[in-house]
Amino acid sequence: MAEDMKVKELDDVVVRFSGDSGDGMQLAGNMFSNISATEGNDISTFPDYPADIRAPQGSLTGVSGFQVHIGSGKVYTPGDKCDVLVAMNPAALKTQYKFCKSQSVIIIDTDSFTKRDLEKAQFQLENPFSELGIKNEVVEAAITSMCKECLKDSGLDNKTILRTKNMFALGLVCWLFHRDITVGEKLLREKFAKKPEIAEANIKVLHAGYGFGENTHASVSISYTVPSKEQKIPGRYMDINGNKATAYGLMAAAEKAGLELYLGSYPITPATDILHELAKHKSLGVKTVQCEDEIAGCASAVGASFAGALAATTTSGPGICLKSEAMNLAVITELPLVIIDVQRGGPSTGLPTKSEQTDLLQVLYGRNGESPMPVIAASSPTDCFDAAYTACKIALEHMTPVVLLTDAYIANGSAAWRLPNLNEYPAINPPYVTPDMAGKWTPFLRNPETGVRYWAKPGTEGFMHRIGGLEKSNETGAISTEPENHHLMTKLRAEKIAKIADCIPPLEIEGNPDADLLIVGFGGTYGHLHSAMDTLNAQGKKAALAHFRFINPLPKNTAEVLRRYKKIVVAEQNMGQLAGYLRMKVEGIHLHQFNQVKGQPFVVQELVEAFTKIMEE
Amino acid sequence: MSETKYTAADYKAGQPRWCPGCGDHAFLNSFHKALAEIGVPPHQIAVISGIGCSSRLPYYMNTYGMHTIHGRAAAIATGAKVANPAITIWQISGDGDGLAIGGNHFIHAIRRNVDINIVLLNNRIYGLTKGQYSPTSARGFVSKSSPYGTVEDPFRPAELCFGARGRFFARCAAVDGGPSVEVLKAAARHKGTSVVEVLQNCVIFNDGTHNAIAKKEDREKNAIYLEHGKPMLFGPNKEFGLMQEGFGLKVVKLGENGITEKDILIHDAHCEDHTLQLKLALMEGPDFPIALGVIRDVEAPTYDEAVKAQIEEVSAKKKYHTFAELLDTNDTWEVK
Repeated sequence: MAEDMKVKELDDVVVRFSGDSGDGMQLAGNMFSNISATEGNDISTFPDYPADIRAPQGSLTGVSGFQVHIGSGKVYTPGDKCDVLVAMNPAALKTQYKFCKSQSVIIIDTDSFTKRDLEKAQFQLENPFSELGIKNEVVEAAITSMCKECLKDSGLDNKTILRTKNMFALGLVCWLFHRDITVGEKLLREKFAKKPEIAEANIKVLHAGYGFGENTHASVSISYTVPSKEQKIPGRYMDINGNKATAYGLMAAAEKAGLELYLGSYPITPATDILHELAKHKSLGVKTVQCEDEIAGCASAVGASFAGALAATTTSGPGICLKSEAMNLAVITELPLVIIDVQRGGPSTGLPTKSEQTDLLQVLYGRNGESPMPVIAASSPTDCFDAAYTACKIALEHMTPVVLLTDAYIANGSAAWRLPNLNEYPAINPPYVTPDMAGKWTPFLRNPETGVRYWAKPGTEGFMHRIGGLEKSNETGAISTEPENHHLMTKLRAEKIAKIADCIPPLEIEGNPDADLLIVGFGGTYGHLHSAMDTLNAQGKKAALAHFRFINPLPKNTAEVLRRYKKIVVAEQNMGQLAGYLRMKVEGIHLHQFNQVKGQPFVVQELVEAFTKIMEE
Repeated sequence: MSETKYTAADYKAGQPRWCPGCGDHAFLNSFHKALAEIGVPPHQIAVISGIGCSSRLPYYMNTYGMHTIHGRAAAIATGAKVANPAITIWQISGDGDGLAIGGNHFIHAIRRNVDINIVLLNNRIYGLTKGQYSPTSARGFVSKSSPYGTVEDPFRPAELCFGARGRFFARCAAVDGGPSVEVLKAAARHKGTSVVEVLQNCVIFNDGTHNAIAKKEDREKNAIYLEHGKPMLFGPNKEFGLMQEGFGLKVVKLGENGITEKDILIHDAHCEDHTLQLKLALMEGPDFPIALGVIRDVEAPTYDEAVKAQIEEVSAKKKYHTFAELLDTNDTWEVK
């Protein structure tokens, strides 16, 4: 593999910034990613932060990491392992070294490697490198003292000066990759627009870091340049993470549908940033209510939907547990609602900051009664926009709650995103009642083709009606416990959701259509599965990828696709939930499984090895 | 308000299916009458309920209505009001729905001061599940789920409401039509969360729970109708009154010990400080009359209006108002 990597190093590079959770590694990583994107690279990032807000300084549990993958062509993942590791202290070195390759360059702040620092990171020996068996090239920079020296006349206090260490590291990394730091200057001036003295101090240190590399020719054997290949679709681009893209998708859909957006939510990691983002944009008329609990988050959204808004609620797995009753109310009242589940490690509180795909069966089946609900999954940070838009369109046009699954990995990870033109997005046309229906209309009268009922908003004269959680008579909506009616209504609700399959694209096959192995996945693993498929095909093997966005209903060609391939592996970050679901939906198929529940993204190399083994069986 | 005059019949729909003699029937009549007098057109009203006997009420209203899930009516009503402030919202809950499973939503709706009217039909029992004690059942109450009596103290709805910074609290007896209509009209007039506790009999599982005020003559003896600005007098001939004594209240008889009407407390529903209002709301027999009428009615900014105002304020300041303009606020780069 090392041989392959060497070739790749010309095309793409992975940098991992790591330090104390207060060291500003997320900012340094984000800026490096933005600077590289501006130079035309494709980017993919992955923040790996601890659950504690501020663990004891220098401790192993307090290490925060931020990985950036930049490429001259398309990059699908933040990368398995890094080419450059920035370790701001011994704890970072100890916990992050596992992400290094044998030829990775490690940059450390020697000022943070005192005896006391080593003790905090539970090193036994005086030389942490020999203790960990590190033979990599190490760039030793006295970052702390150089920052102090650089800002000694700034008039800033010591604490503020120490906060600029991340910019020194960033400057050094920028030198290593010949990045243009004027972009960094611009970013800092924007970030600290209200504190120009802080902006200038950071800029000074950024230059100092760059200059340190240049002046000392920081001893590295490989010179990295990542030229940009002009293969991207022309347009304006920005860096966006999945949670922000999700928020943008909701706002775009609301505007397109001509509705006010209402979000009922309750803070929960890793979904809260969607609430933060939407709360900012009141000038777009967005209403956000931070509710008293998860239940109210969803219940208030059902109320808002009844009242005529595009209603959404955002949460993670534990929140879905609490919301399921209100989600079910939206099922039986047939009201539009978008429920966003940013999946994290479970069960129970589990691993709040880590990523999994373990809520699939929960959102499909975790409610009482026959409760069909569309489920769609976003495949990457930028795809969260399209997925959220699509979830809103389905909810509004089919009068149903829809679950959008994302996960901590794509929610926090970011990538370059071409700014969308809403004119190119499909219209959203909710089935409102029309004045001519007055007098003939009843709440559960359905469009005969789609099975969708019509939406009468409170305030509309002549359409007063009552709906609720009790079973109701078909068409009239009056309470009914008639056996035949209940069976009919159960069927009608199921058929309505099944008919959504008429409105979604077929399952696409990527890679080699004559593949010996079809890789199947859903959601946030797309990048890793795609990279694994590319690697297999580059090795002369024949592999293809079928990645599901629509899980309920499944695309119409699902059975046909799955029956076409002799060998299929379903790879997912759970113990086989999609595989089990597909076996139930498509009889007689044999599926291999690759399941991993570690809270971390897949490792492409591990996928390639596992898939190769299946192909050789 | 519309120019059109409405009658109670304009708000009626369906055939109530509560037990004969249930207090809900009487309340429903008062509710229809009150709505007609308030005059908000039926299509601009949404009646939102939770689960329980009384929560069936939306089906008997010719308005928009939603019969939701157990305990969540206040949360659903909050979302509906924030999303569509033009709609008048009445929330119908029982004591179990509103104070047990829905206790959290109840106090937070009040705290936010969402402009909704919460009607709490309090019969001190779970009727629809056939007779278990509720969070308002008295300590020692014997029911199917407490055959040896409960060993817990009840909530007093007023205390929860005031504790959550409630700005409007009123009480009526379901069987007491005229005053119920007046209390409902006052609740509608009040901007912000209005809580109306309706003392209601469950003829099957808790018959007689409000016997002290069940009949007109009982109410004359055992209840006091509070009116803002009026002296706190009660009794068949208004011969009794309330006076302050130390930190508490006391019942006095006019003419005894030289007490005249000018010694009697004047009700102030608009007083910001709720100390005395809470004392009035918590009065109970046999030593004190039960307070009926509007006990507290204080103006405060409402949540839904504040949400709207903030949107208008921020919109006026910000330069982006469309999605395309929002995109422009980001750092971008051009790929040619």
